[in-house]
Amino acid sequence: MSTPSRRRLMRDFKRLQKDPPAGISGAPCPDNIMLWNAVIFGPGLLFDIAETPFEDGTFKLVLQFDETYPNKPPSVKFVSKMFHPNVYANGELCLDILQNRWSPTYDVAAILTSIQSLLHDPNPNSPANAEAANLYRENRKEYVRRVREVVETSWE
Amino acid sequence: MPPAGDELEYFEDGEDLNFDGVLAEKHRKKLYQVDYTVQSAKHLMGSQDKEVGQVAVILGMPKEHAATLLRHYRWNKEKLIERYMDNPDSVLRIAGVVTEHVRRIIPAREISSPEHPFSCDICCDDDEDSETVAVSCNHRFCRTCYEHYLRQKIKEEGESRKIECPQDGCKIVVDEKTVEQVVDKNTHLRYRELLNRTYVDDNDHLRWCPAPNCEFAVECHIPSTSLTTIVPTVECECGHQFCFGCGLPDHQPAICPLVKKWQKKCEDDSETANWISAHTKECPKCHSTIEKNGGCNHMTCRKCKYEFCWVCMGPWSEHGTSWYNCNRYDEKSSHEARDSQTQSRASLERYLHYYNRFANHQQSAKLDQDLYRKTEKKMEEMQQTSDLSWIEVQFLKKAVDTLTQCRMTLKWTYAFAFYLSRTNETVIFEVCDVTDNQKDLEMATEYLSELLEKPLEREKIAELRQNVLDKTVYVKQRREILLEDTAKGLLENRWSFFVDLK
Repeated sequence: MSTPSRRRLMRDFKRLQKDPPAGISGAPCPDNIMLWNAVIFGPGLLFDIAETPFEDGTFKLVLQFDETYPNKPPSVKFVSKMFHPNVYANGELCLDILQNRWSPTYDVAAILTSIQSLLHDPNPNSPANAEAANLYRENRKEYVRRVREVVETSWE
Repeated sequence: MPPAGDELEYFEDGEDLNFDGVLAEKHRKKLYQVDYTVQSAKHLMGSQDKEVGQVAVILGMPKEHAATLLRHYRWNKEKLIERYMDNPDSVLRIAGVVTEHVRRIIPAREISSPEHPFSCDICCDDDEDSETVAVSCNHRFCRTCYEHYLRQKIKEEGESRKIECPQDGCKIVVDEKTVEQVVDKNTHLRYRELLNRTYVDDNDHLRWCPAPNCEFAVECHIPSTSLTTIVPTVECECGHQFCFGCGLPDHQPAICPLVKKWQKKCEDDSETANWISAHTKECPKCHSTIEKNGGCNHMTCRKCKYEFCWVCMGPWSEHGTSWYNCNRYDEKSSHEARDSQTQSRASLERYLHYYNRFANHQQSAKLDQDLYRKTEKKMEEMQQTSDLSWIEVQFLKKAVDTLTQCRMTLKWTYAFAFYLSRTNETVIFEVCDVTDNQKDLEMATEYLSELLEKPLEREKIAELRQNVLDKTVYVKQRREILLEDTAKGLLENRWSFFVDLK
């Protein structure tokens, strides 16, 4: 059955395969195009960023779409354990483009790259994980140590 | 009332002063009244269109763009025009307007070429028979997707004044003409309704009547900065009286900042304060608050180990042999202990004094509603049992209305008086002034209330009617005097409050 959202997801998939952005991959479940699995690789040292604690992490996510896509954003969740100021304990994340700044022209690649850049550029002012936000602001060393922990568990 | 000459200077605009004669004096605006107009939905549409039209002519642009600009500047026409004259490009950019003409709806076929077929970025459809839509930023999508997008924004998110182009990052606002052309009729109606709402919400001189199901708005030009000296009470077409400054029901003579503080204080404190007052006493020595939850009257303060008697509050050591049976209430030492306690509790008691009276009038006002229903029945009875006509029994309804209004005023005088500072010598005199006026109004109100509660006796109807009429007129006058005096005091800066009004 072809609906606008399914057609659109097919195109998203084609684009992602043809022109995959660095460090992300994603694909719909073989039997359900509305449910996607994705992996984001922790951003490494590309530029002059002092710390890239998420480097080498392989974080799994699921994206659940419904028929309102792309008029409404999908719900996105980390499956891998995560320690980040803007990620809730249950893996849901607080990202403006997945809420009020959503535009129907965003596609799966755009969502995943935004999440990837959120990893090394957290917004400690709207914390979903208060502990991570505090450490990020006040004790960067400990923050890095905790992040490295989740990076290591992400390999299992 | 003071002579007219004294009051004239308090009028901000001179218009009302051109009238002469006694009649004019009678209808002259009171100091506690403000100028306002009530506007219907139709009227609002009209004034909206008028303002948009004016700006469109001045700035030389289509109406739909002028409207977007006005909405961005919260209907502050002067500010918009001034900024626009200074730097039109920046104004247009901030407000999300591109004035260049664009064909909004174009069939996909017209813009497709074999090398570059049109494909909608939202649904990736490339059907040549479809129509495409774009606003002046020229981000083109297929009509179905555009309509979907707009309907979602309007119906589900309640957006209207600032629906941006669907392209991510594009800040151009979808103008009202485009919306009208793209969406279905039902959605468009909703869109107009929402726009109408924002016209009032965004406009500092307009406020919706807060009464349930009321669709009128009130226009009043009292700036928010004068709310420390004036209480802009307005009355809607529907009869609801409310404060234009804060939207709460009429709270004359207390000014908005005091009302806000008072309500917060009552929410936070009144129950706790009541409980403390009812259930606890203070240690006569260290003033710790103590609740006696059992045991005898020989108290030993947990904090300072002072021993005293719960009944007389005097030191336990003086109780001699009359242990556990205190009859020393009037002894000097216990007197002193109680006195010092009284002092430390004075502020709590002071608050409770005002709060209880405030709450009492509030409760009475609720009872007045019951009274009103009883009154209606009474009026029917009267028409049947006496030769009074319908119009003649209206005096009862009027009396109840006046009564409710007076209770509201009285209620707020207590909040007002609570915040009056008492340190200032000169103020003390005037505090008495308020309380005197308050007392007069209170007595008159209670008397009228009593009159209305009385059972109806057939032979005394004429007498009752006369009595009620007299009293109604009297309390109305008392209320006006009180309001006039407090309003005058506010304008003259005569009252000083012990709280910061900012």
